[in-house]
Amino acid sequence: MATVTFDKATRVYPGTERPAVDALDLHIEDGEFLVLVGPSGCGKSTSLRMLAGLEDVNAGRILIGDRDVTDVQPKDRDIAMVFQNYALYPHMTVADNMGFALKIAGTPKAEIRTRVEEAAKILDLTQYLDRKPKALSGGQRQRVAMGRAIVRQPRVFLMDEPLSNLDAKLRVQTRTQIASLQRRLGVTTVYVTHDQTEALTMGDRIAVLKDGLLQQVGTPRDMYDTPANVFVAGFIGSPAMNIGTFPITDGVAKVGSAGIAVPRDVLGTLASDDNNSITIGFRPEALDVVPQGTPDSIPVSVNIVEELGSDAFVYGSLVGEAGAADVHSGAGDSQVIVRVDPRQVPAKGETIHVRIRTGEQHLFHAGSGERIAH
Amino acid sequence: MTPRTRLQITAAAPDPALLDLPWDVPLADWPAERLAALPRGISRHTVRFARLSGRVVAIKEIGETVAYREYELLRQLGRLDVPSVEPVGVITGRTAPDGEPLEAVLITQHLRFSLPYRALFSQALRPDTATRLIDALAVLLVRLHLVGFYWGDVSLSNTLFRRDAETFAAYLVDAETGDLHDELTPGQRAYDLEVARVNIIGELMDLQAGEFLDEDVDAVAIGDALAERYEELWSALTSSESFGLNERWRVQARIERLNDLGFDVGELDITTDIDGTTVRIQPKVVDAGHHSRRLMRLTGLDVQENQARRLLNDLDQYVAAMDRQNDDETFVAHDWLTDVFEPAVRAVPRDLRPKLEPAQLYHELLDHRWFLSEAQKRDVPMREAVKSYTQDILPNRPDEESILGVSAADLREDTDVIPVVRD
Repeated sequence: MATVTFDKATRVYPGTERPAVDALDLHIEDGEFLVLVGPSGCGKSTSLRMLAGLEDVNAGRILIGDRDVTDVQPKDRDIAMVFQNYALYPHMTVADNMGFALKIAGTPKAEIRTRVEEAAKILDLTQYLDRKPKALSGGQRQRVAMGRAIVRQPRVFLMDEPLSNLDAKLRVQTRTQIASLQRRLGVTTVYVTHDQTEALTMGDRIAVLKDGLLQQVGTPRDMYDTPANVFVAGFIGSPAMNIGTFPITDGVAKVGSAGIAVPRDVLGTLASDDNNSITIGFRPEALDVVPQGTPDSIPVSVNIVEELGSDAFVYGSLVGEAGAADVHSGAGDSQVIVRVDPRQVPAKGETIHVRIRTGEQHLFHAGSGERIAH
Repeated sequence: MTPRTRLQITAAAPDPALLDLPWDVPLADWPAERLAALPRGISRHTVRFARLSGRVVAIKEIGETVAYREYELLRQLGRLDVPSVEPVGVITGRTAPDGEPLEAVLITQHLRFSLPYRALFSQALRPDTATRLIDALAVLLVRLHLVGFYWGDVSLSNTLFRRDAETFAAYLVDAETGDLHDELTPGQRAYDLEVARVNIIGELMDLQAGEFLDEDVDAVAIGDALAERYEELWSALTSSESFGLNERWRVQARIERLNDLGFDVGELDITTDIDGTTVRIQPKVVDAGHHSRRLMRLTGLDVQENQARRLLNDLDQYVAAMDRQNDDETFVAHDWLTDVFEPAVRAVPRDLRPKLEPAQLYHELLDHRWFLSEAQKRDVPMREAVKSYTQDILPNRPDEESILGVSAADLREDTDVIPVVRD
């Protein structure tokens, strides 16, 4: 068990100007499940590899516990990369499969047996210890692979997109297994994924990266309710948040004919590069469908209705003057997504009127994209 | 949102015969008559072999993104002249008749005359077979690392071996976890090597658990030997050495040592210290295939490194025997080809030729001629050696063009039947 610290860690690939990882400052608590998430090329895998010792650190340090491991070889860092190799040996028993790395390291037989039995108990594999892998289901074999990493009792688990090679069904199964396993073991885990749903469901905390820079780190709830900037707001949550930039007239952000009042203290924080505009984000579930004519309502023309049984989502375009607004969402440019009552779905082509529920809008600087506290 | 019902085939040279394979069936359920019965290594994915236009292809079911990535990597490795399997293509958009989407597949060419490691290890393991396999793998890993390729999952299962004169040449089969960089860091190389060591020991232990390998074989020692060989070779190829100005012969000696190991020096860094009394040299660019390139240049024969070395030796002996040291080597080489090599290979009946690669065949003929000469205490001419070899030795060797030893119905992940290969 140990903490992990990235201390202004930087990685610049030779021949490039922009750092792949730019002065990353991140402290991971002992026993924490931290997810590094972001779009392709954001630096999440590079950061993990720096922690593993597979990537040079050009500036800054990496610490595991109190130990500076920046220049330490991968095999001496006491970490385990999980799922790097989970092809099971067909002629060995499950017990031998889990313990063979210890056997190679010369660990005494009795201790190997103890560690294997402990791991098997946690993984619900005790009755399979003396069987061969072919007697196991796909999910059970995955657990044996996890067992291999567990018996080595590393201080940190590293996982780099371990679910990407799996089919959809196995992915959801394994996701749950990994999360509950980590909770039982309490081993500090750093997990990389590009899938924000995975991040939200698995992590104690999530760190969002973009272009090598840490955007925000926090609990899933923090990231969802209080995104620190426009990028995080649009990245976390599915369907994505609706985000638009609107001009401010007389303290009111104009969304076509509708207006959203901007609090006075917020107006005071506007910078010159905001150009007297403000960026507002509102999640699909933050919108109420209201009767036409309701003050501050925004007309939306329904393009598609997605009926999911428990939920329904309207994908629509802003109508009239509102249509000229600079709005983006999971549906694309100039479109918004609205969550509606699944028992009262509008028809395609119909125009509905929506209003942001009080207090559920997110305000950002139009220039920098940073969140405005309010 | 709308399911794709159209198959998409990405291939450099698309073969229409690909369309005849049952892509609407999950790979694990393909009927036996479609498959080629070849022993498979240990893999986390479903892999099958199929016949396609007179050749054998390997088909692996994996995720779409991973498949494209691996396809591209294998192509790059091919361009970099690294011994690896040739990619044929990627197929996506597979669906079952009921519309259920099926996994994408990566198709690669089966390496002719290649042998999976499990076929080479048997109850009667010759002490040096393991050493030779490990040497071959060490050379492959060094070559991969020299071009900046990080493998990520080095193992015997991810490698195929081909006979190369008295030893083996290793070929990379699975690039799924691989990554191509401009240059590898020492940390990356060390990790790759450690993964290799642990995986190989595990695979050997698995053979022992299945009683395919004698218990007395020290699996850990063999794994450790890989690491040693790698370090030796890496050092010989990349380390710097310093010496006095009066020892300049060391420069040529270093180049010759590299040539001997099968490498050409592309770029050699030579620096002197300030007072000019000490010289420091370090190879900066090394290219594998020193002997095979020379043989290719002289004869047009495209063979593996050690085979080339053996053939060049035979050529040298021919030059001496014909007393033609002063002739243009290209002309003499041509004569050797038409008067010695080709007649010998052609003397082997056509139906026995698929047993071995031609250069390997010739290598065995040379060996056989040597044995006969020793036994009969005279110089046995090649014609006689070929006749004796063709009658007595070759017919008893299993076909190595593609090892067929397992019936298709026995295709399980952990096949307990491993074809025996004479070594």
